[in-house]
Amino acid sequence: MTGQGAKAGGSRPRVFIVDDHGLFRSGVRSELGDHVEVIGEADDVGPAIDGIAKSLPDVVLLDVHLPAGGGQLVVSELAHALPQVRFLALSASDAPEDVIAVIRAGARGYVTKTISGAELVDAIARVAAGDAVFSPRLAGFVLDAFASQPGGTQGAQPAPSFDPELDQLTPREREVLRLIARGYTYKEIARELFISAKTVESHVSSVLRKLQLSTRHQLTRWAAERRLA
Amino acid sequence: MHEPTWSGPPGRSGPQGPLIGGGAGGDAPLRRATDGRVAGGIAAGIAAKTGFNVTMIRVIFCVAALISGIGLASYVIGWLFLPAVDQPTTIGSRALADRRGLAVAAMTASMIIVALVIVSILGVGILSSFSWPLVIAAAGMVLIWRNADPGEQGAMRALAQPLLDVGDAGPRPRLRLRIIVASVMLIGGAATLASVHNVRQLLAPLIGVVLVIGAIAVLLGPWWLRVARAAMVERQARVRAEERTEIAARVHDSVLQTLALIQRRADSPQQVIQLARAQERELRSWLFDGRAPGSMDGLVTTFAGGVKLIQQDIEAQHEIAVEAVTVGDCEIDEDLSALLAAAREATVNAAKWSGATVVSLFSEVEPTEVSVFIRDRGCGFDPEQVPDDRKGLTESIKARMARRGGSATVKSVLGEGTEVALTMHRAQPAEDKPTRDQAGPAEDQPSQDQPSQDQPSPAEPSQAS
Repeated sequence: MTGQGAKAGGSRPRVFIVDDHGLFRSGVRSELGDHVEVIGEADDVGPAIDGIAKSLPDVVLLDVHLPAGGGQLVVSELAHALPQVRFLALSASDAPEDVIAVIRAGARGYVTKTISGAELVDAIARVAAGDAVFSPRLAGFVLDAFASQPGGTQGAQPAPSFDPELDQLTPREREVLRLIARGYTYKEIARELFISAKTVESHVSSVLRKLQLSTRHQLTRWAAERRLA
Repeated sequence: MHEPTWSGPPGRSGPQGPLIGGGAGGDAPLRRATDGRVAGGIAAGIAAKTGFNVTMIRVIFCVAALISGIGLASYVIGWLFLPAVDQPTTIGSRALADRRGLAVAAMTASMIIVALVIVSILGVGILSSFSWPLVIAAAGMVLIWRNADPGEQGAMRALAQPLLDVGDAGPRPRLRLRIIVASVMLIGGAATLASVHNVRQLLAPLIGVVLVIGAIAVLLGPWWLRVARAAMVERQARVRAEERTEIAARVHDSVLQTLALIQRRADSPQQVIQLARAQERELRSWLFDGRAPGSMDGLVTTFAGGVKLIQQDIEAQHEIAVEAVTVGDCEIDEDLSALLAAAREATVNAAKWSGATVVSLFSEVEPTEVSVFIRDRGCGFDPEQVPDDRKGLTESIKARMARRGGSATVKSVLGEGTEVALTMHRAQPAEDKPTRDQAGPAEDQPSQDQPSQDQPSPAEPSQAS
């Protein structure tokens, strides 16, 4: 438990839990059991930043909603300074703007709080290994946010993008996201599309990159609109 | 005097995908294709069999039809006597048993013959080379229309839609059209009469024509009337039968489902009462307010709203989490509410039979179509083994989609789960409201417990209908 970032390697990932509900934290702790090593907990933004900086976990399980502000504060504070720490966002609310905000701040994935223990363990391992984790819901958000072709945006001025490629998904990425949204596992997606699971992962990671780096005007507008809905 | 557009060979090249059957069909007998067909699937079938380009075959049919009409007749005959890929019998063999259909076909043929005779008396010879093929094609189309299977009828209806729309344009436009046509004819006739100097010379053949028409009307008129009336009566009967199927599907979706639930929850009086009350309310509003069970009338107006309602209802009634993800949105029309009803039924099936704890409900609204995928990781089932009296899959899902021109496919692997894929074309893609401007992914309250996540989950059981 010294803070030196021993990467997931073969050993158990070291996990830090940030959530304002004590009950939830202990629930997650017991669900994760021996599969991971929980090295710390925090219940708000401040303590979380301190605790994470001190303990340098492999993965931070981060509630999207915290008393002092969104989980994205924690991510944006630490992501650059501690690139070896990966963030996995957890939420019960699913408000798209929150989810998009925390992903854009640098989280590697997003799952809902109702996820089963086994699935959570798997998601943690995947994030620890540097992959992205998309829940069906997040896949749906992304498909929706990237739905219109740039240029064809109604009323919105074209996004001042440096890299137009970041502004749209490739057909293959779309296909992968659709299958995720339909409830397929990576393995099943690989089988369905006749590609390897590794390729599926790289598609998802590239979607994540686009989600984080795109300056697409649409994306922010889209998330903001969702709030009004 | 031409038959409705769909009787013509497929002139417009439809959105055909790759040829059916993957290349030349080798030894397989020639069959009508069901994928990529425009009308009867003859051209697509020939293309699949021979490996020629389907568009070229269509062009040949069209040219042949325009030159002599033989192309038209041969197309219709092929339609009648070639079995479709997915069917054992031909439409022709079914038509033989359809005596009333034969009568209507005979009537149509005789009317056209009479019309052609009159035309030839009047000395307009242009149509002569078309006469026999035209008679054959028209009579054949009557039989095809009456005896094609529902899927094909849906396709034909879609093709004939522009024509039907003209007919349905409402009383006023039709009246105006009739007045215009009548005045054009009147003026034309008067002008012709006036242009002939010796009016008496013209009158003689005219009277002859009128007499011939009169004679034919006296001779064949009653028979025509009788056949037409019988056809109408039969049509009404068919409408009633369709209504009955519709009602059966509704009752299945509501009352029978609730009864099944009550049996399963017999040990929990509270829940039984709750279910019975809900069912009573629904039945009352159906019988007295005309709101069909499971319909979204008045409750929601958008597709994403409808999906959300399905999610809420099913999570309330069954012990299963529904993970709903919706991309895009649009207004609900009749086609889409049929899609929603089928989706609801498929989700209920998953809840009742799969044994899974979660069912994924993914829907995507695209400019031209709306698709819904219902997937569970349950026990799976063999569609062949579903007992005939279980109406859910065939009636509530497949037939319901087919009636509206949509499609439903079921993929199920024993022990791995089931996925039902539903697709419905959108009626007016043009006035597509910006998809994203409404609900996005069903962002709302996640259903209470839904392990989302794309992870291998323990295999569980799934559904049958």
